[in-house]
Amino acid sequence: MTMLPQTTQKKLGLVIDLDICVGCHACAVNCKEWNTGGYGAALSDTEPYGDSPTGAWLNRIHTYEVTPEDAPASIVHFPKSCLHCDDAPCVTVCPTGASYKRSEDGIVLVDEDMCIGCGLCAWSCPYGAREMDPTENVMKKCTLCVDRIYNENLEEVDRVPACVKTCPASARHFGDFADPNSDVSKMVADRGGINLMPEMETSPVNKYLPPRPKTRPESTGCGSASVAPAVADKGVLGWLDRALTSLDKLG
Amino acid sequence: MHPAISVIFFTVISGAGFGFMALIGLGWAMPNSAVAAFLISLLAGGLCVIGLLSSLFHLGHPERFWRAFSQWKSSWLSREGVLSVLTLTLFAIYALVWMVTGERIGVLGFIIAVLAVITIYATSMIYASLKTVPSWHNALTSVCYVAFGLASGIVLAATFGSASSFAGISVSVLTGLALIAAWGLKLLWWRRADGVGFSDTGSDAGTATGLGHLGKVKLFEKPHSGENYLTTEMMHQIGRKHAKKLRTISVGLGLLVPFILAALAFVTGAHGFFMFVAFISMIAGLFAERWLFFAEAKHAVSLYY
Repeated sequence: MTMLPQTTQKKLGLVIDLDICVGCHACAVNCKEWNTGGYGAALSDTEPYGDSPTGAWLNRIHTYEVTPEDAPASIVHFPKSCLHCDDAPCVTVCPTGASYKRSEDGIVLVDEDMCIGCGLCAWSCPYGAREMDPTENVMKKCTLCVDRIYNENLEEVDRVPACVKTCPASARHFGDFADPNSDVSKMVADRGGINLMPEMETSPVNKYLPPRPKTRPESTGCGSASVAPAVADKGVLGWLDRALTSLDKLG
Repeated sequence: MHPAISVIFFTVISGAGFGFMALIGLGWAMPNSAVAAFLISLLAGGLCVIGLLSSLFHLGHPERFWRAFSQWKSSWLSREGVLSVLTLTLFAIYALVWMVTGERIGVLGFIIAVLAVITIYATSMIYASLKTVPSWHNALTSVCYVAFGLASGIVLAATFGSASSFAGISVSVLTGLALIAAWGLKLLWWRRADGVGFSDTGSDAGTATGLGHLGKVKLFEKPHSGENYLTTEMMHQIGRKHAKKLRTISVGLGLLVPFILAALAFVTGAHGFFMFVAFISMIAGLFAERWLFFAEAKHAVSLYY
């Protein structure tokens, strides 16, 4: 079914709060651990203990330096996984129907038994969300932990994607974006949640919350020249300040 | 993008095969014996089939290739597969009738010619439809694929055909014109590709991360210290290293050598020999051209790295 559904009943996805993420990579590690034993083939690594280890990951954390024109740079940790786009180009380019978007909840999945490993879906994705498994030669991607979120063998509190469950800072949230009253929808409305590369017209479901504006102390550097002059007009410090300042007049 | 040898071979060789098939279908005069009909049909069909088989080596699971015929409603890769099989099947019927009766069915030939061109177009659309690779995402990409397919088909037809002229134009002149036209279009393609960057979508590290409104975005640390599928597949660096030299080589072997050989064929009248060497040279030039088509292409995901 490589035609996209017109609409989906639910739009399940993630909100990632870039203001909170500390870049610990725990979400990527737990993602790898859960998904290597869950849906589909194992997520393999080649040379895991060798000189140049590589392997398939469904979630990767980049770290960026953002430099405003009038303030020092700040660091933003940036986890990236499949955005489960409404207009997913990876689905329509698939020649076999292995790549599909579910009409019931909007999750984009790969039926690995039908995948011929041509790689065209990965080429069509602007976000780099799909990776070919180096051992199984089929395309791997985030399943939104479809084998957790509906899994009645798990406690209800655990029926969220592994990355969300494990995040120690609560930077990741899971929910239904089709419901305007869901926590994720409210968060996006409150914080001005954004789409990545909207110009690619993929209509991603996952949203990112940009970092809140930073407070700007007057100091703008570590050199003493830029440190604001200390003012002390009371007590011992005030006396010392005045006394030492008066020495300038002597010199 | 990673320049896979199997895909380079597929697009060049199948393109030549379908181009040759189109000219046979359009009634290019051929030696009229059953053996000649068999050998010429075998060559045209064989080139297409070898190219298509080569493309299977690119797949992670070649044994499942038949599944690729199912999604022609949305996928250009699927359409390419369906059109190839349809065109080859009709051509097999055309060739069989030609061998047995000595007759070439004009209407069927015309349909094959149209389908062959559409098949080359479908191949080009696998790449031209990708918004993520701005240098490919343009109508010129399809124009170049079809032009190169037809030009290499004309060189082949001039080699094995018995026509001294086609559509009222001398075969050598037609060959020269086709070569100049195809490479002229490729020069236009190169000019656009060199300047396009990500300007047609306006993508940059700022839109990729959504942080552009805060300031200048620069990668501080990669997700992993080593390479991964994305960096080796979408950010192929080695191929770009010799881009300038390879462009010169591709134009030399693909245009200049065949053009001179076509001129020699015109002067001497020895079409078969000169044009065959011209074809070999042209294919070598097109391999270099196609290598660069992939190696030089920049993918949007590189904005994250």
